[in-house]
Amino acid sequence: MVAQIELTAMDVLMVRLFDAIDEANMGWIVAADRALREAFGEELIDLVPSYTTLMLHYDALRLDHDEAIGRIQRVLERLEPADTGLGQCHEVPVWYDLSVGPDLTRVAERAGIAVDEVVRRHCGRDYYVFALGFAPGYSFMGLVEEALATPRLKTPRRRVAAGSVGIADRQTAIYPLTSPGGWNILGRTAFPLFEHARRGEPLLRPGDRVRFKSISREEFVRQGGDTTVLESAP
Amino acid sequence: MSVSDKGALRVVRAGPLALLVDDGRFGVRHLGVTQGGAADWFSFRWANWLLGNALDAAALEIVIGGGLELEAEADSTLALMGADLDAHLNDRALSPGATFTIRAGQRLVFRQPRNGLRAYLAVPGGLEAPQVLGSRSATPREQLGGLHGDGRTLQVDDKLAWNGRAVTGRRLPFDPAINMALSGNWLALVPGAQIGHFSGASLSRAFNLPWRVDDRADRMGVRLVGPILHCRLGSMISEGIPLGAVQVPPDGQPIVLLNDRQTIGGYPRLGALTPLAAARLAQCLPGQEVRLVATAREHALRTHRRCLAAFR
Repeated sequence: MVAQIELTAMDVLMVRLFDAIDEANMGWIVAADRALREAFGEELIDLVPSYTTLMLHYDALRLDHDEAIGRIQRVLERLEPADTGLGQCHEVPVWYDLSVGPDLTRVAERAGIAVDEVVRRHCGRDYYVFALGFAPGYSFMGLVEEALATPRLKTPRRRVAAGSVGIADRQTAIYPLTSPGGWNILGRTAFPLFEHARRGEPLLRPGDRVRFKSISREEFVRQGGDTTVLESAP
Repeated sequence: MSVSDKGALRVVRAGPLALLVDDGRFGVRHLGVTQGGAADWFSFRWANWLLGNALDAAALEIVIGGGLELEAEADSTLALMGADLDAHLNDRALSPGATFTIRAGQRLVFRQPRNGLRAYLAVPGGLEAPQVLGSRSATPREQLGGLHGDGRTLQVDDKLAWNGRAVTGRRLPFDPAINMALSGNWLALVPGAQIGHFSGASLSRAFNLPWRVDDRADRMGVRLVGPILHCRLGSMISEGIPLGAVQVPPDGQPIVLLNDRQTIGGYPRLGALTPLAAARLAQCLPGQEVRLVATAREHALRTHRRCLAAFR
């Protein structure tokens, strides 16, 4: 752990705990998130945890800069990693199909395996939620096994349908909303990420684990999924 | 003249972009939800102050103007602040920085920018709209907030309603044009921790040469065009992005992130503009020249406090 506090803006500090992405970071990030929220209370405006950092926006009109740094230091000195086994485990049903996941072939070709095998392997392990960002409820998860790692599309799609499940390098994510995007899309889920995020109760939180489950078209439709075809990569 | 407490404006023509804003959405950044809110928060607050509203009451942010036309359904007192978008009440020209009376049936039109980019129209008590995650601000990309709660920008036949009483006789304690910047745009920047990773030559250029506001500019961010900046860090692991962050992607041309920015991102940064400087940049039109000036955090905060104290 590096545990560095950096000036980021007039009223924002960056708490940097690590310098590389690692599943083992998550216990520390989750613990720091809890402890910083408690230590800052009403004087906290926003706290944004990510893979290796927590960005802390505090109320500089009420809280002195040195006192803010002191609070962070006291938190870091007492920090113990949270038990990530306590994070929730979610099963996310996905309809993997070329019509809604046109990049299945690209990933399969790169890995030198069949499309079915891509699906089997994508479903074959638990992924940690590392961070939320990009859009309400958008969760960056990993790590995808090395063989499936595929770089982002050279030209992003202008519209990726809500519920699209994609991978970029060794990360995987679900698009909560229809938006532009450059990830390799493998399938689609009816998992209501956006609906929960807009109520302020995210389904997935940093430190949670996710396992994808392959379902049939019928099952997907029964769950309320939208079967509109996704355009091939531009 | 009778001025009722209730009032409404009907949207006759929507114009290119107008949206409902307040101070923004806070305490939700960890959900991936952006800040939103008035991009020029300074003008927005003065618009509310002119009517005696709570300073964060919901108002309309009008970008460019471009023919936005609103018709009053009742007699009311409204306030206009921020950019001069060549606003007219029927045939009478309206200057920003003051309250004005509108009568039922009269039309308010915003034509084109004459000074600045964003005008704020405040109404007595603030515009009525549902609170979504603690704010009424519309963030179209996220489908949150605004008149209908789904992030939509203003559409024809939308009705902007309010129920409140305005105080009368308030006058701005300064000339509103001085905050709009046709020239001499010095943007104060608090240097960040990654500034040491930029080459000395790049820093010298960044703070001594002019930057031009690009036409790739919106509520998410504003691209600046000028000298190429070199940073020894390529892309980084994504981390939280504050308001006003000046990030430098591999092409060496900075992007200043504003209210509707992504919550996390992975480009190295020079630092972050002060909130006041971010508001000022939000009023700059493409093609305008700006300069970055490094400022100490303590100094930025003192200026910020002084600026807020003026609202009392």
